[in-house]
Amino acid sequence: MSSLSTLKVVPLRRDDPQAAAVVATPAPVEAVVAPVVPQAAPIAGLAQLWLDRGRSVAASVLPTMLMIITLLFVWQLSCSAPDASFPSPMKVWEESHEVIVHPFKGVSLDFTGLHIDDQGDVGIAAHILTSLSRVMIGYGMAAVAGIALGVLIGQSPFAYRALDPLFQVLRTVPPLAWLPISLAIFQNAGPSALFLIFITAIWPIILNTASGIQQIPLAYRNVAKVLGLNPVEYFLRIMLPATVPPMFTGLRIGIGMSWLAIVAAEMVQGGTGVGFFIWDSYNSSLLTDTIVALLWIGMVGFTLDRIVAAIGRVVARSN
Amino acid sequence: MKQRSYLAIEDVTVEFPTKQGPFCALQSIDLSVERGEFVALIGHSGCGKSTLLNVVAGLVKPSRGVLFLDGDVISGPGPDRAVVFQDHSLLPWLTVEENVRLAVDKTAGDKSKAERRDWVLHNLELVQMAHAARKRPGELSGGMKQRVGIARAIAMKPRILLMDEPFGALDALTRAALQDVVMELQATLNNTVLMITHDVDEAVLLADRVVMMTNGPAARIGEDHAVAMARPRDRLKALDMAEYAAARHAVVHFLHERYRNPTVGRAA
Repeated sequence: MSSLSTLKVVPLRRDDPQAAAVVATPAPVEAVVAPVVPQAAPIAGLAQLWLDRGRSVAASVLPTMLMIITLLFVWQLSCSAPDASFPSPMKVWEESHEVIVHPFKGVSLDFTGLHIDDQGDVGIAAHILTSLSRVMIGYGMAAVAGIALGVLIGQSPFAYRALDPLFQVLRTVPPLAWLPISLAIFQNAGPSALFLIFITAIWPIILNTASGIQQIPLAYRNVAKVLGLNPVEYFLRIMLPATVPPMFTGLRIGIGMSWLAIVAAEMVQGGTGVGFFIWDSYNSSLLTDTIVALLWIGMVGFTLDRIVAAIGRVVARSN
Repeated sequence: MKQRSYLAIEDVTVEFPTKQGPFCALQSIDLSVERGEFVALIGHSGCGKSTLLNVVAGLVKPSRGVLFLDGDVISGPGPDRAVVFQDHSLLPWLTVEENVRLAVDKTAGDKSKAERRDWVLHNLELVQMAHAARKRPGELSGGMKQRVGIARAIAMKPRILLMDEPFGALDALTRAALQDVVMELQATLNNTVLMITHDVDEAVLLADRVVMMTNGPAARIGEDHAVAMARPRDRLKALDMAEYAAARHAVVHFLHERYRNPTVGRAA
């Protein structure tokens, strides 16, 4: 059950007393553990502690493991017929063995950084890294511009009335529909892919930031007025901290959408990236490679979401 | 030229625009408060007492009339009129100490960092909250939060302390404890205080004057009763004092006979 609950979007509000309690609890545990280590007698207590921890980890991981095993089993059973149109897990393992066990083919790491061989035949991790680097640039620009625009329309009713209808219309345009426009503007595949990421990720960032600012309680604004905070102090001490939770909700939706967009964009444009890998494997009738790529995409998307959520928690706690 | 009081509210009218035309919340309010005086404003819900406090705080602009504090016209909010809000309004992302520190940084910018830090702790000690300096508001009870709210307000060394139903959301026992805190602070600091309440006992016990407001719309000041009880006051001894009973009598009669609760009146 708890493994399911970790998947949902956890609100980052810190005025929630339970959230504050969660933040407060880990410290005393360590404080208890540290001084008892050198002594002999409390080792039993320590063992008990680790046993308890192990139990709680097992309780959260076990259901997930069971689910995966069941899924593989059912999948294997239903696709094991010789004429099955969809490959079974065993078949994926056999046919895409090279892809699975050598993901980092063509990737080298030295003191100057990561290098990806641009001679074509590279492992799936290399394609993922190429896609990720595109996402980082496009998403980074979307985050900066999105937060700035969100602050603008959240703060100024005039800007809100002027821009919100435009944003509401544009945000419904699917990522791929931007591709012809983006190609027409940039005349080049690289920048158009970045633009596609940018234009896909920016809307939830703008709209969540803006609504977060609009929902700053009147009480906080009155405090700012009574204390006589100037606009810069108001921005840094009240507006930003009060807006962190909805802002990071927007950033999380944004990273997910930009990962969707990059795969779609690369499928159309070709060349490098995990989207191209899928398209290429489909054209070569290597369905098992596609399945491996799907798993990679899912794991990477999940990791990206977790990373942004973790940054949100750290930011929310530190300021 | 006549001598103005420390706080002088002169002919203040507040109207809010609504879809049905302007709504008159306050009608020609005149009120004077002397330096060091503790004035309680009492009235039924919706009588505009919060509006009056917000006008003094500068958060609401009067449609007509003018206010003076120590000879200066009040034209907007400022740290010289600290407010203790009903919902405490502490910033949840700051610790107790940081919440008070934010106010101190704005009002004592000329002092050194160490002096400001000491001043924050001193004010937390005054409300017996120094032990929770590192906690966040979410970890505190309602009464503790309001203690911090009071510490934040008095740490600003305001020219007048405005309290907007500060204990309205607290249970009776916690409220009594906080009333004692306010009386102790008042004995040492002798602030000028304007406090809104709807609790008759609280008004009579704490205030030098109880100002009673008529029901809205277009609320006015109905009666102004001076509570001539000596200080320091004690809530138990006060129960046996003739002046306490007389003040209670005056306020209860005003609120429940002359200006009954408007919603009750309509239902009857």
